[in-house]
Amino acid sequence: MSAPKPLEGKYSGPDEHGHFGQFGGIFVGETLMPALEQLNRKYAELKADPEFWAEFDYDLAHYVGRPSPLYFAERMSDALGGARIYLKREDLNHTGAHKVNNTIGQALLAKAMGKTRIIAETGAGQHGVASATVAARLGLECHVYMGVDDIKRQAPNVYRMKMLGANVVGVDSGSCTLKDAMNEALRDWATNVDNTYYIIGTVAGPHPYPMLVRDFQSVIGREAREQCLEMTGRLPDTLVACVGGGSNAIGLFHPFIPDESVAIVGVEAGGHGLETGEHAAPLCTGQPGVLHGNRTYLMNDENGQILDTHSISAGLDYPGVGPEHAWLKDLRRATYTAVTDDETLEAFRYLTRMEGIIPALETSHAIAWVMKEAPKLPSDHIIIVNLSGRGDKDMNTVADIEGLEV
Amino acid sequence: MSRISSCFQQLEASGRKALIPYLTAGDPDIATTLSLMHALVANGADIIELGFPFTDPTSDGPVIQRAVERALANNTSLKDVLDTVSRFRKENADTPVVLMGYLNPVECMGYQAFVDAAEEAGVDGILIVDMPPEESHDLKQIVDKSHIDMIFLIAPTTSDERAAQICAQSSGYVYYVSLKGVTGAGHLDIESVKSNLARFRSQTELPVGVGFGIKNAESAALIADIADAVVVGSALINKIEELQAGTPYSIEDLQQHISLINDMRKAMDC
Ligand SMILES: Cc1ncc(COP(=O)(O)O)c(C=O)c1O
Repeated sequence: MSAPKPLEGKYSGPDEHGHFGQFGGIFVGETLMPALEQLNRKYAELKADPEFWAEFDYDLAHYVGRPSPLYFAERMSDALGGARIYLKREDLNHTGAHKVNNTIGQALLAKAMGKTRIIAETGAGQHGVASATVAARLGLECHVYMGVDDIKRQAPNVYRMKMLGANVVGVDSGSCTLKDAMNEALRDWATNVDNTYYIIGTVAGPHPYPMLVRDFQSVIGREAREQCLEMTGRLPDTLVACVGGGSNAIGLFHPFIPDESVAIVGVEAGGHGLETGEHAAPLCTGQPGVLHGNRTYLMNDENGQILDTHSISAGLDYPGVGPEHAWLKDLRRATYTAVTDDETLEAFRYLTRMEGIIPALETSHAIAWVMKEAPKLPSDHIIIVNLSGRGDKDMNTVADIEGLEV
Repeated sequence: MSRISSCFQQLEASGRKALIPYLTAGDPDIATTLSLMHALVANGADIIELGFPFTDPTSDGPVIQRAVERALANNTSLKDVLDTVSRFRKENADTPVVLMGYLNPVECMGYQAFVDAAEEAGVDGILIVDMPPEESHDLKQIVDKSHIDMIFLIAPTTSDERAAQICAQSSGYVYYVSLKGVTGAGHLDIESVKSNLARFRSQTELPVGVGFGIKNAESAALIADIADAVVVGSALINKIEELQAGTPYSIEDLQQHISLINDMRKAMDC
């Protein structure tokens, strides 16, 4: 392991083999290697083609409804009595979360590669819905793998996927959550590799996925940068986002990485508390290892077995994290912290009552961090929070906790 | 010469093909794994592929996934697997043992510690399913200083050019994955294996083993006609699944129970 070097203004990555420092890379069975090479070549070709990006931008504007607003949460800022808080409203996107930015981009890739069948893994169901949505729009067959525990806690999204014509495949191996859904999607891909495009839903997986998902999600940070300059005349002081696999976070962070005055904070799922071991916070507690095609920080035991995770939010309930976040942590360009389930629920209720915005439970982790930190900061400090998704899908979970029936 | 190479040389001299069963260490328990290894040799196995368990076996189908879950329920660690090889070596000095599994347990132990322990235990080859040659540089450098062979996979999707690179990195034998899919899949197509093998044969002097989807004596014999080695995994694990953890089986009982291997041996030799 090489000692992390300070950033010194330069930032680029990954290298041509998909490495972000010691992280990332391609760790899959041989059957998938040629498919990843093919995807890598195709993406390199399209990335250099202005028409590809014109089509992407067109879809984002007319189908997704971008740009998403940057909203000054005045009442919340006043109530917390510290920093000024701006919310990047990814919850207003078509399908209700940032996930669709990525599926629009990957759908264009699938189309360009002539694939007729889409597969995806999902935790909260937001990526599953976003995949089913683009598949419906292109008239492609779509299969979404989802852990049976997540199927229970995200029932509204399961129904949405079915309405959209997707086949939702319940996965009952291992911990029955996102990690196991991804295992099953990788098995499907190896079996149907000729006609199938695998839309990975976050900045994890083998190269080139962490790079291309980041590129598609970076629209969030590019817009936020412009909007912030326009609204406040300057760059923000702090960016904050929740981190599951890390796609909404990297989407906001990436365009700001060279701006060294901007502090970057990722919030992981602290579950019942980091000290209990029942959480999903690999960057806070894990060590480097290899899972799902890349080297990154992982939650594993002393024998290298992946540990069961716990989070109130299905979308953060994952033992790994995108390799670029692992690198940003080691470079000390970003800091990663965690909040508990209880703090998350409090934040969920707080934002709902304070601003009339019901956030996803994933997103509520970032809000919980803001509630703790904003009061300590001066009133000229600007925080941008990635409001990654809306909370409609979480009504059952929250009602259950409150002992209510929906 | 490595134990694997001399094994293939002897087989070639007698006009036979290698039979390579795969089993997951710790399924149903680690004591039975050791007895099963001896029973496999008694039933005609030439090389044993010993799987070390990992929670997330993404190249495996349901049969091996369940075997891994049973092994992990017994807390079988990579260290336990290496201990089992040591104990096997005390009674068997000839049959090569190839460790097969996923990278994370090896990363966790550390490459140097792993290779040292494997060599000490009498391991002959290692095959890390989720580590293609592109990512194997650091581990291979260490392995190359030992007596251990490093085996890589070739798949139906592999191009000729890539196959040449993979073969150049391999020693002992190369493992051809017979189909697009996971272990235990049901769609083995002998004709496509034949034409792909013809494509890859010219790339290497190394023996080529074929695995994935070989279920019975008949398919073993068909593969033996066109390859140097036949690898059987899920079909054997299906039999092992019937065994009970914590039961002291005799080697003779186990030989009976996995007579499938014997049947394959006979079909391959005639
Ligand atoms: C609204 C929302 N935010 C965040 C996440 C976490 O994913 P990521 O870390 O890739 O943004 C999810 C995942 O399902 C989500 O639905």
